[in-house]
This record gives sequence, C-alpha cells and structure tokens, in this order.
Amino acid sequence: MAIAERVVAGAAETFARRHRFRWYEALPWLIALAAYFAFPDYLALGSQILATVLFALSVDLVLGYAGIVTLGQAAFFGTGAYTAGLLAAHGMGAPVVGLFVAAAAAAVVGVISGAIVLRTTGLTQLMMTLMVAVMLYEAANKANSITGGADGLQGMEVSPVLGFFHFGLYGKTAYFYCLAALFVGWLVMRRIVHSPFGRSLTGIRENEARMHAIGSPVFKRRLVAYTISAAMAGVSGALVAQTTQFVATDSLGFERSGNVLIMLLLGGIGQLYGAFIGVPLYMIAQDRFAAIDPVYWYFWIGLLLVLMVMFARGGVLGIIDRIGALIRRQR
Amino acid sequence: MTDVAMPLALETRGLCKNFGALTVANSIDFRLAHGARHALIGPNGAGKTSFVNLVTGVLHPNDGVIMLDGADITALTQAQRVKRGIVRTFQITTLFRGLSVLENVTLAVSERLGSGGDIHRPAGSRRHIIDEAYALLERLRLHDEALRPVKELAYGRQRLVEIAVALGLAPKVLLLDEPAAGVPSSESGTIIETIERLPADIAVLIIEHDMDLVFRLARRITVLVAGQILVEGTPPEIAADARVRQVYLGERAHA
Amino acid sequence: MNEILSAAVSIAFFGLAFAMVLYLISVGLSVTMGLMGFVNLAHGVFAMFGGYAVTTLMNSYGMPFWLSLICAVVIVAAGSVVFERLLYRHLYGGAELDQVLLTIGLIFMSVATAKYFWGPLAQLFQPPPELRGQINLGFREFPTYRSFLIVCGAVLVTGLWLALDRTRFGAKIRAAVDNLKMAQAVGINTSGLFTVAFALGSGLAALGGGLGAELLPIYPGYATDYLVYFLIVVSVGGLGSIRGPFLAALLLGIADTAFKYLLPEIGSFFIYALTLALLMWRPRGLIGPS
Repeated sequence: MAIAERVVAGAAETFARRHRFRWYEALPWLIALAAYFAFPDYLALGSQILATVLFALSVDLVLGYAGIVTLGQAAFFGTGAYTAGLLAAHGMGAPVVGLFVAAAAAAVVGVISGAIVLRTTGLTQLMMTLMVAVMLYEAANKANSITGGADGLQGMEVSPVLGFFHFGLYGKTAYFYCLAALFVGWLVMRRIVHSPFGRSLTGIRENEARMHAIGSPVFKRRLVAYTISAAMAGVSGALVAQTTQFVATDSLGFERSGNVLIMLLLGGIGQLYGAFIGVPLYMIAQDRFAAIDPVYWYFWIGLLLVLMVMFARGGVLGIIDRIGALIRRQR
Repeated sequence: MTDVAMPLALETRGLCKNFGALTVANSIDFRLAHGARHALIGPNGAGKTSFVNLVTGVLHPNDGVIMLDGADITALTQAQRVKRGIVRTFQITTLFRGLSVLENVTLAVSERLGSGGDIHRPAGSRRHIIDEAYALLERLRLHDEALRPVKELAYGRQRLVEIAVALGLAPKVLLLDEPAAGVPSSESGTIIETIERLPADIAVLIIEHDMDLVFRLARRITVLVAGQILVEGTPPEIAADARVRQVYLGERAHA
Repeated sequence: MNEILSAAVSIAFFGLAFAMVLYLISVGLSVTMGLMGFVNLAHGVFAMFGGYAVTTLMNSYGMPFWLSLICAVVIVAAGSVVFERLLYRHLYGGAELDQVLLTIGLIFMSVATAKYFWGPLAQLFQPPPELRGQINLGFREFPTYRSFLIVCGAVLVTGLWLALDRTRFGAKIRAAVDNLKMAQAVGINTSGLFTVAFALGSGLAALGGGLGAELLPIYPGYATDYLVYFLIVVSVGGLGSIRGPFLAALLLGIADTAFKYLLPEIGSFFIYALTLALLMWRPRGLIGPS
C-alpha cells in the first residue's frame, strides 16, 4: 500500500531526525576550545567546570530523565574521587586507568545502593539517597588514616596522561583531559537518551503505570540508569581529584549534592544541555563573587534557587523555550 | 459449553484481597475459557477493577492463586505477566498524550519484541517495529491519525488507541476495563465494533457498566458484588436472574 | 555487673533527654509532610532560629530563660506563617523536586543569614541557675538540666497527644491527614488548618531548638548537619503520625547515645545502616501503614 509506506517512512524519518546531530550541538565544544585560547589564565577553573558538567550530566540522567530525585549524588562523585586519589597515592597514578577504575567503583556503589533505594518511593527514597551519601561521608571521616579525613588525602602523584602529556602548572593538559572525558561522556549520554532505553526512562517518569502495563521491567531500567549515572559521577569525581591532586571528605558532602542540583536547575533539567549552561554560569559566578564574600554568595544563591523554583522552573533553557514560543506565536 | 478439563486461559482460585477491614476480593473462583467473550459486571465498588489489578499484578493478593494457561503466575511481576500474554487496558486513558498514536503503539510492540531496553541504537531505527505498529493501526482503522499526538484525538478515538496498544502486546488474555467509559454514545459504536472484530483466539474479559454493550458482546457474564461472585451464566440466564435484578434495581431507576 | 547497669542507666537517661529534643523538633515536620505532603527540608531552620533567639535573648538581653523560650516560639511561629503563605502553599501537591529545591534554597539563605548575624561559632548556652548542677533522683545523681528536659518533654508530649485526641482542632488534623479530600468535603477549612498546623509545628521546633541548645549546638550549619536526624525520626516514625516519631526519636536518641558511649569510632555509621535496614523492612515507617 503506497500510502502506508509513505506514512511509515515519514514516521521513521521523524524518529531518525530526533537523534541526528544538529549544528548548535557543536557550540559547547567550539566555546570550550575558544575559551582555551581566550582565557589562558583560567584553565584550572575551566577544567573544574568541564568535570562538573559531567557530574551535572550524571544527575540529569537520573533526575531529569529517570525522574529519581536524589540528594546523594555526591556519594558516587566522592567514591570516584577517592578511588582515583587512593590509586594515585599508592603508586598507580595512570590517569586514564584511574578513570576506568573510578567508574567501576562508583558503579558498584551505584548498583548496590540502587538495588536498595529504588525499591522505595517518595520521601523514603529521598531519605535513602541522602543516607547513602551520609554513610559514606561518615566512613571516609572515620577512616581518616586512609582517606586523610577533612584535611584531604596526602601524597597523590598523578602520572602523565597516556604516558605522554604531563599535568603542567598552567593546566593545559588538565583542560584537554577533562574536555576529552566530557566529550566521551556526552556522546554516551546522548546515545542513551535517544535510545529505546532512554525513551522508556521518560515513559517511566511520566506514566509508570503505563510502562508496567506494556511489559517494561521498570525496576531494572531504573537500576541501570542509576548505575550508569553513578559511573559518570564517579568519573567526574576522579577527574577533579586527578586535576587538583587533592580529594577530601567534602567530595561526599551534602553541599556537593545540593550544588549540582542547583547548577542543573539553573540550566534546565531533563534537556541534556542544561548542564552545559548551568554549570559554567554557576561556577564562573561563584569564582567571581564567592571570593568577595562567601556569606553573601550563599545567601544570593539560596534566594536565586527560591525564585527559580517559583518563577523560572525550566532554567535558562526553559526561558529560551518560552521566548521561542512567544516568537512563534507572533509570526 | 466450556470444557473444564482443558486448561483455561485464565483462572483464579480462592483469590482474596483486603485493605484492613475493607474486603475487595472474597475468595473469588473465576474461570475464563480460551477465545471467551466474557463480561464482568457489578455495582460500583464491587471490586471489578481491583480484580483486574489483582490478576495483572498491580495488587498482591492476601490469598489465592492465579493461573494463566495452566501456569501459576501469582508470584510474577506485572511486566512478567504481560510477557506471558495477559494484557489490560485502563478505565482512564493512560497513554502518552504528547506522543503520536503510532509512537504509543510502537512503544508497546518494541517492548514485546524485547527491543524496549536497547541502549546502543537510536529509537525508531528498527523499521519492522514501526511497520507492525502501523499495520495494527490499519486493522483498527486508526491509521489516518497515526502521526497525530494522542491529546488531539477525540476521546473515543483515544480509547481505541488504548486497545491498539494492548493488541500490540500480542495478548492471549485481554482485560478491557470499561472500554467505553466516558465516551459519548456517538463514538461508542466504533469501540463496540472493534471489540467484536478482535481475533477469536484471544480470551477477552470486559468490565462494563453499559448493559447494551455487555449483552451485545458477551457470551458469558459474571456478576461481582462486594468482592464476591454473585452468579455466573449466559446473558439470558443473567437477565432473568432475580438476584441480579435486585442488585441493579437502583441502577435501573437511574438509567 | 554494676558497671553495665550504670552504663545502661546513663545511656537510657541521656538518650531519653536527646529523644525529647529530637521529637519536639521533628513532630512538626511529620505533620507538614503528612498533612500538606510537603517535603520541607528546611524544617531544621525553625529549630535553629529558635535556638538563636533563646540564646541571644538570654545572653545579650538578659531575659529569663522561660520568657526567652516563649518569645522564641512566638517569633519563629509568626515568621513561619509568612513563609507558608508566601512560598510553601504554592507548591502543595506539586512536584517533590520543586519542594526539595525550594527548601534547599531556604537552607542556604538561613546558613548565610545566621553566619552574618552571629558568626560561625556555636552559641553559648547556659541553663538558668535553678536548672544547673546535679540533682539526686534517689539512686543516682543526674545533671539537672537533662532531667528538666525529660520532664518538660514528657509534659509537652502528653499535652500534644491529649490535644490531638481531645480537641476539635486535633480531630480536624487527624481527619485531614487521613483523607484530605474527604475532610474538605465535610467543610473543614484545610487551607487555614495547614497554616495553623505549620505554625504549631514550627513553634515546637523552635522550642526544641531552644531547649536542646546544649545537645544540638546552635551554629550556622545546624539545618544541614542535623537534617539527617530529623528525617530519620520522621521517615522511621511514619509521615503524618504524631506518635510514631516519638518511638523513632526514642530509638534514635538512645541508639545514638549508646554508640557514642560504647563505640565512638564507628559513630553514626551504624545508625544510618540501621535506618536503611528499618526503612527497607517498613518503608512507610514503624507506626504508619505498612
């Protein structure tokens, strides 16, 4: 039937168009490259921003797509950070290897805690995400002979990347190292989000009853998303540890979990690129203002958060969307 | 007459469920034959939807056994039961309203074929899944609206999409929870026709309040009152039963 | 044997005092979450400002202890009404994430505010002269203030439970927690009820914060650092329950004290592990519907 063929072909084309690369998706990378040349004195901050974007992406996967509200993503970030840190402090400082081991360690923590946490709902689930992070925080604090506690891990020695690129004083290697890791992480995330698995996560978030009724293994899908998100967060933590040659208990703390939520909200949750907007905005602003007065910074960020929840829930991307809709309506 | 010696499509034995003092299922022994056209009726609050929820795994029974084609499925999850072939539609349309009709059905087909959890390839890249979904829409005469978002459809059409999604899961047992609920009478004819044209090998259980629909479609009727089966029989038997009349006397006065 | 008994008595005593404080602070949170379905992570802020109010009034203005407590409760309760009307009520029934983010923002603001006005160090709290020192309870001597905490807590808890069971207001709260739509259908003004319940809960938290300033030191990080405790009490006790959190507070207070006495190296880790296990066993809390 010719009509049927056309409709199906049209549908297939619509689906395909969704995951094809669009021109503006190159922007973040072009900007990152431009920043390298434009701000050679700020490469250290740049590396941290890139690593944190990856952290925010991990939260977006579990929160924005799978719809799991978590107050304890720092648990995985910190696990990755300490894994990379401990490896580097005990003579195994190869960075890329460290990333893989950190991802694996964080994934293990993710799948074990996820198997427990995801069996609950509502406040109980929220509590549990917090508990896991707090437990790890306590453990790291108590085991301060191994971890260095709040003062931080001593004696990290990170080897050159791929045996060749030294981590120098100006942070050039660190910058490209983090950029490369983020790029890979972004590709993976993009692939996941556009896959049937990623779509089913959205389905689970929007209408769980329907997903059960079509035979989706809801718990398993959530657990997989949670574990992948944990691995990504772990890589992010390892990146930060390796590029700063430092890791302390704050990498597991509530503040870290809370800050990344704010950054993601700022950019826009569940839209893949919210992380790329919110993280740089937040961290650059923090770099400028927190230095002047950290107390004020906390107050204004808190206020911004309150105002955003009340008036600008979709973040920057949400505002862009609204402007776009207004423009379309004018036409 | 159903041959009780053959394994039934669906059977419950002593199915019980209570929420504290509230009993929604009181030792229900229910039998659904292969290829059945069976209706479950009863007054509001009788426990009809709870029965569907128990059989599909949304609720866990306090006691009793559920058998699908002779196999005990009582311990299986919802998704596992769907894979075994027991599928339900919802009383209130539970579709993805922002997605197109075709996409909703494709999702179901994709899950059935085991591609729903694929992480390595983009969604919509398996052509044969879309083909099958579209063919299903053609059979239900929904293909003209295949690419329209569900929320733009008339409510009666949405209820049809709900059935299409269920069919996309290749059910052996199909539980239709008030398929014509909320549908204006001008549109309910299509729904009735669609149910009439369902494949003969699917065992269909319809929960309905609309008596015209029930007497037109059902070859067997079970009456459920306060979580218990009151009586079961052919439509003429049920229509003539004095107890059923009494239960529905109040309803009749309002009809 | 005597040592074990003595240690057990100490743990029970100090644990009980701690439990009273935890309960007073957390019961309001249980009601907020159970009644309004609102995830108020910033609940500890009310306890904190209650503590700051009491200590500031006593230390800087020389106000008597009893009067400071009353003033603190009134100030915080009044302030909480402003928050409820201005912010919280717009998110009732909304997405949990929104409530989480809003209240995190409020926590941040409160941390900064506290640090700005009072500095980063913990506030000094000295019980009034009549409550200092030791008191002889027959078989042993105990710190007077802790004994006072236990007695005061018991009186307040009893009063609270009686009020819930015997007054019309209490009946309305129970009805609304049980079935909100039904309560509205029978004409209960749930909107007003929410505000009053919220103010009461915040006032109690302020009271708990002020009374417990010795046990939970008042400093800017109060609301974040003790959040876990309050959430444990509420989730283990059961949302919306008034009695459940008391049992949970007892368990937590005594367990925490016991671990600090007997196994300080392990610290709170075990408490959290126990909580996780408890919540896995009874996700809706110990007394809530299981």
